[in-house]
Amino acid sequence: MANIVPFFTIIPLFTAFAISLLGRIFKNAFIHTLSIVSQFILLVLSLLSSVLLHRFVDGKILVYKIGGWIPPFGICMVLDGLSSFMLVTVNLLAFFVAIYSLNYMNKYTDKPKFFTLFFLMLTGMNGVIVTGDLFNLYVFLEIASIAGYALVAFGTEAEELEASFKYAVMGSVASAFIFIGIAFLYGFVSTLNMADMARILGTKTNQWVLPFVSALFFMGFGLKAALVPFHAWLPDAHPSAPASISAMLSGVLIKALGIYALARILFNIFGILPVYSKILMFLGALSMLVAVVLALSQWDLKRLLAYHSISQIGYIALGIGLGTPLGILGGLYHLFNHSIFKSLLFLNSGAIDYAINSRDLKDMSGLRERMPITYHTNLIASMSIAGIPPFNGFFSKLIIIIACIQSGYITYAIAAVVGSLLTLASFMKVQKFAFLGELKEKYRDAKEVPLAMQLSMVVLSIICITGGLLLLPSLRYFLDNAVNVLLDGSNYANRVLETALK
Amino acid sequence: MNIKNQDSYTETGMTLIVKTVTRLTVGLILVYGIYIVLHGHLSPGGGFAGGVIIALSFVHLMLAFGRDIALRKVSKNTVSILESIGALMFLSIAIAGFLGGVFFLNILDKGSPFRLFSAGTIPLSNIAIGLKVGVGLFAIFLTLVILEGSKR
Repeated sequence: MANIVPFFTIIPLFTAFAISLLGRIFKNAFIHTLSIVSQFILLVLSLLSSVLLHRFVDGKILVYKIGGWIPPFGICMVLDGLSSFMLVTVNLLAFFVAIYSLNYMNKYTDKPKFFTLFFLMLTGMNGVIVTGDLFNLYVFLEIASIAGYALVAFGTEAEELEASFKYAVMGSVASAFIFIGIAFLYGFVSTLNMADMARILGTKTNQWVLPFVSALFFMGFGLKAALVPFHAWLPDAHPSAPASISAMLSGVLIKALGIYALARILFNIFGILPVYSKILMFLGALSMLVAVVLALSQWDLKRLLAYHSISQIGYIALGIGLGTPLGILGGLYHLFNHSIFKSLLFLNSGAIDYAINSRDLKDMSGLRERMPITYHTNLIASMSIAGIPPFNGFFSKLIIIIACIQSGYITYAIAAVVGSLLTLASFMKVQKFAFLGELKEKYRDAKEVPLAMQLSMVVLSIICITGGLLLLPSLRYFLDNAVNVLLDGSNYANRVLETALK
Repeated sequence: MNIKNQDSYTETGMTLIVKTVTRLTVGLILVYGIYIVLHGHLSPGGGFAGGVIIALSFVHLMLAFGRDIALRKVSKNTVSILESIGALMFLSIAIAGFLGGVFFLNILDKGSPFRLFSAGTIPLSNIAIGLKVGVGLFAIFLTLVILEGSKR
């Protein structure tokens, strides 16, 4: 059964280069079919992996030995509850973004290049999630980041190139920090396998290198995740990309490369110490408040959404940083929910851009009449991100706030509530200026977007409404398996190494 | 490399001295790069290092003779097709491991150590990496040159 694990990187990598090779010969229909088919296979595989892992695998962990070499010597891929949770999130979103891009990317030239870069980014993200080797993680992280830099610059206008350059510089600084961190850790434990690292760190009494390395990782992965002191690149980079890529960047890239990798290293390799969780929680709470205040005054729709990504990442970091079962559950659940509604919001902004060619909130008005589907899906997503009760965002924010109170961090709980209220305020602004009010004369003949774009927006909004059902006892395993991996701490080492030797 | 003689006297590129030396050395550099790739499993070097040397031989050609003459040897289209082929070749070698049951498994006969034909799929992987790195690096250089040219 472990044989499905490497396909999460094989399929997108193959698709990327097949499109780049054959895309220039065949028509668009070929590129569309190939992208959608391989993305659909990835989605089915990731859903399947989650179900199979829960039903049929003892210990809920699969280890794939690449080339047949046993882990401390060869590279291994690990599929546990957390990996399969992240895989479902990433591939679910990538599937709908790929459908959306079929029509949306007609605005730009050179679709084959777009899909090549898109699938390379997906290779990187899936690779980061399934790998069990720290240097392998770095390589996949670079693949995803570099594809990201190119995709941000895809429009090749001056503003986009500037944003991409800024992103590339900041991203390279982050990668350098991560690289130095990995080098120091390798020097200390003499192995790169994540499970083996955790095992050897457990046997050392004097772990003098850890504070230094964890500071490097906090800076590096914090930059990738855009936590507040390291966030400055995100409000430039995410709005400049094509909307479908903004959805991928804000929806899953910052989480897979930033939050997931940081959580995996802090919890499963280092074994979470109180000081790490305090730092993570503080950065989370800071991001939550600072970014939402900055978002309030934005008039560029996509820039406003980008600031909200920073703020929502803060909630996730706060939840995971708490380290209690309820806190981690809230953090991961919010990660899933945020990836759905934030990408839906970015797809909406892309739809508006597609229809009226503007991103300025002051410029648009009354689009409700002309674009009913976009309006309704946007309303659902706005209420989800603001945490209005029946939608998915409410449940995850509630769990995070309850978890904060339960562990005695009342200040953070209040900060989370305030952040949520300010989010509501800024999305009321979006609703009022973009959709309600008088329809402007120049937008009298604005048309609703094509069918494929409508389809992916509608399905994502349905997931927003039904997302709360994940807390039902029969579906809870999806989240619980992921939470248990983080709660297990450095016991991860034993589980991986034992499964590998079986 | 068989560069026609009259190219040496065209306006583009550097001086006659540089062109003559390039004409003599560029083939050697290319062959040395291919040697590093093919000998990668036995001696220091391998796909990446050899690929860089192969790319440098074309870069050398472009510096000495100018953009157009180098592009006549390897066009932009060829570069981008070869790059994708290199990547797909490496991936297929890895997938071929599934014939033996495991991704990246070395399925070919390993042979005896220190022979040129030994080590199973490693030399093949080196060739794929050499192709990918060589044309990839040349493509980066080419893009920079073309962008610089379009700015004027």
